Amino acid sequence: MKKRPPTHHKQFQTQLGPELAELKKEIQGYAQEYGLDFYDVIFEVLDWKQLHEVAAYGGFPNRYPHWRFGMEYEELMKSYSYGLSKIYEMVINNDPCYAYLLYSNGIVDQKLVMAHVYGHCDFFKNNLYFAHTNRKMMDEMANHRTRIMRYVERYGYEAVESFIDTCLSLDSLIDYHAPTIRRRAQERQDIADDGDSQIHKLRASRPYLEKYVNPAEFLAEERKHLEEEAKKEQQFPENPERDVMLFLAEHAPIERWQRDVLSILREEAYYFAPQGMTKVMNEGWASYWHSKIMTTRALTDAEVIDYADHHSGTMAMSPQRLNPYKIGIELLRDIEDRWNKGKFGKEYEECTDMVKKKNWDLKLGKGREKIFEVRRLYNDVNFIDEFLTPEFCAEHKFFVYSYNVSADQYELASREFEKIKKSLLFQLTNYGRPIMEVVDGNYKNRGELLLRQMHEGVDLRIDWAQSTMENLFKVWQRPVNVQTILDGVPKILTFDGHSHSESRS
Amino acid sequence: MAQKIDQDVSRFHQILRGKVRQQLRKFMSSSELIGKQGKNLISIPVPHIEIPRFVYGENQSGVGQGEGTPGNPVGEGEGEPKAGDAPGEHLLEVEVSMQELADLLGETLELPKIQPKGDDEFESGGVKYTGIASAGPESLRHVKRTFRRALRRQIMGGTYDPRRPVIIPVKEDRVYRSWSQKKQKKNKAVILYMLDVSGSMGGEQKEIVRLTAFWIDTWIRSQYQGVEVRYIIHDAVAREVDREAFFHTRESGGTIISSAYKLLLNILHEHYDPSQWNIYPFHFSDGDNWSGNDTEECTKLLHEQIMPVSNVFCYGQVESEYGSGQFLRDLEARFKDDERLLMAKIPSRDGIPDAIKVFLGKGK
Repeated sequence: MKKRPPTHHKQFQTQLGPELAELKKEIQGYAQEYGLDFYDVIFEVLDWKQLHEVAAYGGFPNRYPHWRFGMEYEELMKSYSYGLSKIYEMVINNDPCYAYLLYSNGIVDQKLVMAHVYGHCDFFKNNLYFAHTNRKMMDEMANHRTRIMRYVERYGYEAVESFIDTCLSLDSLIDYHAPTIRRRAQERQDIADDGDSQIHKLRASRPYLEKYVNPAEFLAEERKHLEEEAKKEQQFPENPERDVMLFLAEHAPIERWQRDVLSILREEAYYFAPQGMTKVMNEGWASYWHSKIMTTRALTDAEVIDYADHHSGTMAMSPQRLNPYKIGIELLRDIEDRWNKGKFGKEYEECTDMVKKKNWDLKLGKGREKIFEVRRLYNDVNFIDEFLTPEFCAEHKFFVYSYNVSADQYELASREFEKIKKSLLFQLTNYGRPIMEVVDGNYKNRGELLLRQMHEGVDLRIDWAQSTMENLFKVWQRPVNVQTILDGVPKILTFDGHSHSESRS
Repeated sequence: MAQKIDQDVSRFHQILRGKVRQQLRKFMSSSELIGKQGKNLISIPVPHIEIPRFVYGENQSGVGQGEGTPGNPVGEGEGEPKAGDAPGEHLLEVEVSMQELADLLGETLELPKIQPKGDDEFESGGVKYTGIASAGPESLRHVKRTFRRALRRQIMGGTYDPRRPVIIPVKEDRVYRSWSQKKQKKNKAVILYMLDVSGSMGGEQKEIVRLTAFWIDTWIRSQYQGVEVRYIIHDAVAREVDREAFFHTRESGGTIISSAYKLLLNILHEHYDPSQWNIYPFHFSDGDNWSGNDTEECTKLLHEQIMPVSNVFCYGQVESEYGSGQFLRDLEARFKDDERLLMAKIPSRDGIPDAIKVFLGKGK
């Protein structure tokens, strides 16, 4: 009698098969011909369960254990199996880039996804806002998992999980521009007590000129300035701090492992931030290129219908939801067209003859060059700010909707360009989240925390704000205050560890 | 294939079950749950779990795309947040096995495990290969042991040559796997529901009965391996019906409760030997009986014939606009301290958990 061989878990082959490998080479060639510039791309072919697993983990196969990934996974699986959604592509900003293909997709889809992926990879590598992201994030994420697992072993699953929950609640409280703007002085020189010697005097070449070059008023002003500086030093933080997570990591009385968990989550938040800040551009750019590559090079005659079907499915817009793919691709095409025809600059802007304006064509041919420049320098906010035009909004039938309380419905409010632009920018600024900053870490001189919302006309959702404040309290361990405006009235919300209260500020 | 995410998924389910546990009392009075019952699983809607962050309030304005002029509706609002039990927008469903639901129920209401009566029956639960025998079919030969025995014999006999380790088993070396029959205890139970369907029982009263019966079923089924359920409806006369008819029949006649008790006894005599079966009669009514005489007869039947064979007899009185509730008072007067007869008033849906606690809280 033969002994049965030990049962192996049959490992799914994730490398590209020969056909797809050939395809990759082909598409990569087209992308390079068009001047796209990217890190190596590694495609992996996954079955639907694996793909949804990776998607639930935000694209990384190695994440720390957390229930929300499980929740995400279930939702994705359900929605996929009911035919409500399908993940076409997933690509990770990393060097090399990792991208995932769904095993069961047809060959047209695989082509489309590959072309799209090369667009993303070019964007990751070249866009300014990604310049500071960790290109070895694949390893870093695995590293985070190892660190967190170590804490799980030492402090127990529930303790670590509950602290991760707390930190997640705060992970939007980062300074989205921090990697590109230095907001705090690196080192500070101690200012001597002897005030006068520090006052910056202008050099007088002759002693008798001294009182003319540095008159008393000037010195007084300088002294005042210095005093203000000194006073600022005593404030804590010196300047309002938008990177609330950093502030907490530096100053909150938490244990070392908690500090580490907090900084892990902060780092991940910063890694994902540029993707949030460039959603429209990034998807637009990738869609622009998949469309360009597919329609000019990669498609065979037999594939056109399927391609058109899937492409238009991705670009569909609904009245209440803006599709970043659609706005992005159309705006990029619009820019290309305008720069090809020279539809920009003072002369064009000031032209009042609409017919002339419409038929404006200087035959500059600078469109392609311009969009490459745009993909390097812009994020969603300044992209929209600079390139959205009234003509574009009219052509694409944009409108602003607002909520009508009495009818409990959203209604089309306006088609005015300025309003559309303002509303769009508001949706995109700070990832569509309120900007909060730490104003005082020693509020009321009692070690309480004071955050301020930069109020832009929209109030906070109060129940969530309260739950978030409870989480802030868990970290700060002293009462937490939020300065905000509710229904036009300046308010300070307070959570003292037991109950919430509200007072006028 | 096992996936890494499985761990996170099961942790997520654990958290959801925790939520179910917290809100089980609420679920007990909601009809929604029963509609979602599968064979062994039930899906329970629980609110979406979200991680709170500082966000803008609801009903903001935004940019959309399409046809229309100012004032045209583009979508429904979130509405004013209503306090209370209105379900949230996103609902998750957690699937719980009936056994687990019974465990949750037992935990929430602190129900004792039922001590079954009746003979334990042994029954085959399949076979298990546990033993070794010296004879058997070749297909069950235990190769490793056979080899070991052959090796041992050869070493002892001095025929084993380590340089040429050939082991040849002979007939005496061969051993075979042998099996034994698995035995399982099995206790049988029968639940007999009796329902007053006279004109005074309205839709809401029946819904209460339906919900209560669901939870009783859930618990008793978790305590016995074989459970049968019979349904009797009565107004002035009683008849046996199926489950569907039981909850949906509506009659207009008067009420003679003893008719139901007599039918109950008939069924018991014919099918259920009290020494073999655990018997659970449940009677639901609004407490209006035709006459005092009949009530007298009921108590007699209960005392002399029904209660001696039943584990417990439970009477649940739902309140209706028309019912006087007299029957409960009569029973109370007669059987106040008898542990075999359990009575509960169910004034509204909120009373369901307490009624179940009364009925099943004795552990009989």
